[in-house]
Amino acid sequence: MKLMVNGEAHEVAATTLGELLAALDYEGDWLATAVNSDLVHKANRAEFQLSAGDRIEILSPMQGG
Amino acid sequence: MVTVSLRREMAGGKAGEKFWSLIRSLGTRILPNTAGCHSAKEAVTTAKMAREVFGTNWIKLEVIGNHDTLQPDVFGLVEAARILCEDGFDVFPYTTDDLVVAGRLLEVGCKVLMPWCAPIGSALGPVNIMALRSMRGHFPGVPLIVDAGLGRPSHAATVMELGFDAVLLNTAVAKAGDPVGMARAFGKAVEAGREAFISGMLEPRDVAVPSTPTIGRAVFS
Repeated sequence: MKLMVNGEAHEVAATTLGELLAALDYEGDWLATAVNSDLVHKANRAEFQLSAGDRIEILSPMQGG
Repeated sequence: MVTVSLRREMAGGKAGEKFWSLIRSLGTRILPNTAGCHSAKEAVTTAKMAREVFGTNWIKLEVIGNHDTLQPDVFGLVEAARILCEDGFDVFPYTTDDLVVAGRLLEVGCKVLMPWCAPIGSALGPVNIMALRSMRGHFPGVPLIVDAGLGRPSHAATVMELGFDAVLLNTAVAKAGDPVGMARAFGKAVEAGREAFISGMLEPRDVAVPSTPTIGRAVFS
């Protein structure tokens, strides 16, 4: 299905957020995730079901502010 | 204390890991921020994401309302502050020097206020001393931190002399020719301004006052 990941279109086979992160080689305690502008806790990523058109944000620490 | 933001991580990238390792190695208190958010909803979600990554309830809340001045959208700011305070966050709001907005932020649960003294990154320094002095006078028990607009150590000393409790710096240090030296200079200025404030400064006056006692002055004619 088609998803938007950090503003870019992706065609993926993943059906959960956990699978998506693994497929795109995202890994680490320093990552935070949101789907359609709502936080998805790290503990819930494995079970979180994605739907076509979902907008996923994957953030990490950065200087500034 | 250091403030840290969140940005999109590239697929397979490790930029966030390297930066986070560097910050953690400092062993200092982290104040995550919502820099760049333009709505209350964006800021609330970013704050929650920051809490998960950094493991703290502290959040420097930014809701930007104007692309040119980067001044806060104070209406969105109060709304986001209310939501986050109810959710257990300790909110440090980046705000203007408006007293009414400051009062609203305190009403919804903020314990600290972070007014700008000039637009972010402008290096103009305190452009409205009267407003900052008024803020200090109206909220005597509230920690006040100048957030944004400082360019020189003397600017920091000025706001500390007004009774502000701290300053938050980024551009003035990060863009300096020697950031480490500039950070040191700002540190000295902050300490000087604070010590001057608590030591009691003279009020300016329009007439001269002799600094040497007139009693015992020799008379030669």
